[in-house]
Amino acid sequence: MAIAALPPPATQTGVGAWLRKHFFSTWYDAILSLIFLALIFWVVSGIWTWGLRDAIWTVENRDACGHGVGACWAVIQDRHRLILFGLYPYEEHWRSTLACLAVIATMILSCVPLFWTVWRLPILWIVGFGTFVLLMRGGFAGLPLVTTEQWGGLSLTIFIFSAVFVLGMPLAVILAFARRSSLPVIARVTGIFIDVFRSLPLLTILFAAAVVVPLVLPDWLQGDKLGRVIIGFSLFFAAYQAEIIRAGLQSIPDGQVEAAVSLNMPFWSQVVDIQLPQAFRNTLPSTINQAVITFKETSIVTIIGFFEVMASGNAVVGTGEWGQQYVEVYLFLAFIYFIFVFGLSRYGAWLETRMRLGHG
Amino acid sequence: MSALLRSRAFKRGAIQTGFLVLLVGLIIAAAVVGRTNILSQGMATGFGFLEQTTGWTLSFSVIDIGPRSTYTRMLFAGILNTLAVGLLTLVLASLLGLIIALMRVSTNTPMKIVGGTYIELFRNVPVILQVLFWYALLTHTPSPRNAINFGNIAFFSNRGLTLPAPALSAWDVILLAIGAVALAVAFRTLALQFSLRQRFLGCIAAFAGLFFVLILTGRAPDMPLISVPELKGLRFVGGFTLKPEFTALLIGLVLFGASYIGEIIRGGLLSVDRGKLEAGAALGLSNPQINRLIRIPLAFRAMLPALSNQYVWLMKGTTVGIVIGYPDYFAVVSTSINQSGQTLELLALLMIGFVIINYSIGFGMNVLNERLKLKGRN
Repeated sequence: MAIAALPPPATQTGVGAWLRKHFFSTWYDAILSLIFLALIFWVVSGIWTWGLRDAIWTVENRDACGHGVGACWAVIQDRHRLILFGLYPYEEHWRSTLACLAVIATMILSCVPLFWTVWRLPILWIVGFGTFVLLMRGGFAGLPLVTTEQWGGLSLTIFIFSAVFVLGMPLAVILAFARRSSLPVIARVTGIFIDVFRSLPLLTILFAAAVVVPLVLPDWLQGDKLGRVIIGFSLFFAAYQAEIIRAGLQSIPDGQVEAAVSLNMPFWSQVVDIQLPQAFRNTLPSTINQAVITFKETSIVTIIGFFEVMASGNAVVGTGEWGQQYVEVYLFLAFIYFIFVFGLSRYGAWLETRMRLGHG
Repeated sequence: MSALLRSRAFKRGAIQTGFLVLLVGLIIAAAVVGRTNILSQGMATGFGFLEQTTGWTLSFSVIDIGPRSTYTRMLFAGILNTLAVGLLTLVLASLLGLIIALMRVSTNTPMKIVGGTYIELFRNVPVILQVLFWYALLTHTPSPRNAINFGNIAFFSNRGLTLPAPALSAWDVILLAIGAVALAVAFRTLALQFSLRQRFLGCIAAFAGLFFVLILTGRAPDMPLISVPELKGLRFVGGFTLKPEFTALLIGLVLFGASYIGEIIRGGLLSVDRGKLEAGAALGLSNPQINRLIRIPLAFRAMLPALSNQYVWLMKGTTVGIVIGYPDYFAVVSTSINQSGQTLELLALLMIGFVIINYSIGFGMNVLNERLKLKGRN
């Protein structure tokens, strides 16, 4: 007895099948699809009409602002110098721009695997950061001196970020090794230090660095407020980063260090040639994530009175002249942060895929 | 050989002793310098100021305070403010994060696009900027006179959202909270005698009963049951007002936190072994059953450590409230330092407060983790 052949299965390829799978697989899926498509359309068209079509772009047309038509990007044209450079002297803005580009170039270069050696990476950062400080400060070769009190805007944000990174990273390595030390006293004390710093909000640490530390330090050791705040921020960063590096160190098989010891490698060489490269490579995604968080958290220094990019944006909104254009200014600030942070996190995601494929 | 061992042990001991001596020396030196600096500025030391009245008050508080309150009470109010906005943030951000995560793991493309865009937008902008943005948006609304009116009972203005509220005293609220906890315990312990539906309806009925008893008793005879806000002059009288500071901080933290929590939950959901889900399907479980019995329990275990880190982070994030004038614990301590000059003491209290809050969250999540851990083989 012959069994009737089953009909062929419904087509699994082609536009129809794709649409059915991704948009209309069940009746409630279809309803949800339509609702969310409408939402997407509504938002995109809103952004188009408000932000682009009806927007006012130049300061000449500013009288039209605030009558409910579209975005008033004139405020950005009028005040972008204040937002980007803060109180930095107007004629010297090119220096600030060059300095920022130097640090951005350093960031991009340190993403290239060619530079991932124990010596190249620190040297690259010291050179990039040194260029930044020299250009910003001036005081040589005919460049007028600009003290840190006048630094502001995006360049101050980038300065704080890179200073925290440059100071915090070696500190984190030291803390990570100290916590794994076989000497119980050192391991215990470092552990307490790291745990306390991790359970405190960054704001309280910065506040303590700015306000309280001068009370317990002798005058000759106090330095300026920005320096103290950066040291406090670096300690906070180091406490988090140390735990990441420690996780990386723990992931190295014991046999490798034992092999190094049996080859009579000096301790320094064990650390630099065997442990650190692998620890960093294993934890690159978390390190990038930490960098992302640190970049966003630089905005907190606004609260203790520094004029970085968010404070300068806020200052624009605080004036009566552009007080109604707060949405545009905040969107502009968000856009600035977004470019940096989104770029970094995409890079982190790319690294993660790369490592999963076994190139790491 | 023994000489070598002894010298190695001696070296280790010497390094550690030296380290300790250096550390203690530094602390003592800082204390001495601090003492001379404080004395030279003519400031008092010690915790005696905690019993003095402040002379200033907070714009928002869960408990009753005024200029005649002591510093102790004011600091306590600050902690409660931090906890109020923090705990509410944790709950709401977790719910929103769950929705976003489910949208991102679904097969529905429009939902995936919306979920992905949400995450990228809110995760990549500093939380402090988001809070400032919502605050600006909330305070650029009409004044109370021109408030947006929802049927004469609720009003939205630049003073916040004013809603009608049941006339309950602070004690009534505390009793209600105790009742809720007792019912939750009852819900768990009555597991065997009654079905899930019976327990659920019973608990809701009991809670509603308690609510009505409290609202009907212990009030002045002419007081209305529900206090409806009314415009009197330039402000609203009666009802319950959600202040823009509180609302903006809450919205900012919830939207930001949900983007992180959403990614954690998504990671947890994706970490569940496909084979286990397929095993469930092979046993004839329906899709919702697979989700409820296999996927969510396993995913929850996988994401708990990351989730507890994120909760601690969000709790610390409440400190950005100072930028819009929300009086959280940090803001109260900061004002107290300005007003009383007891810098070191108040800073110590500030740090102790946050260490306690964050360790409690960590402790609670660890207990949960222990209870949920798979027994036996993982």
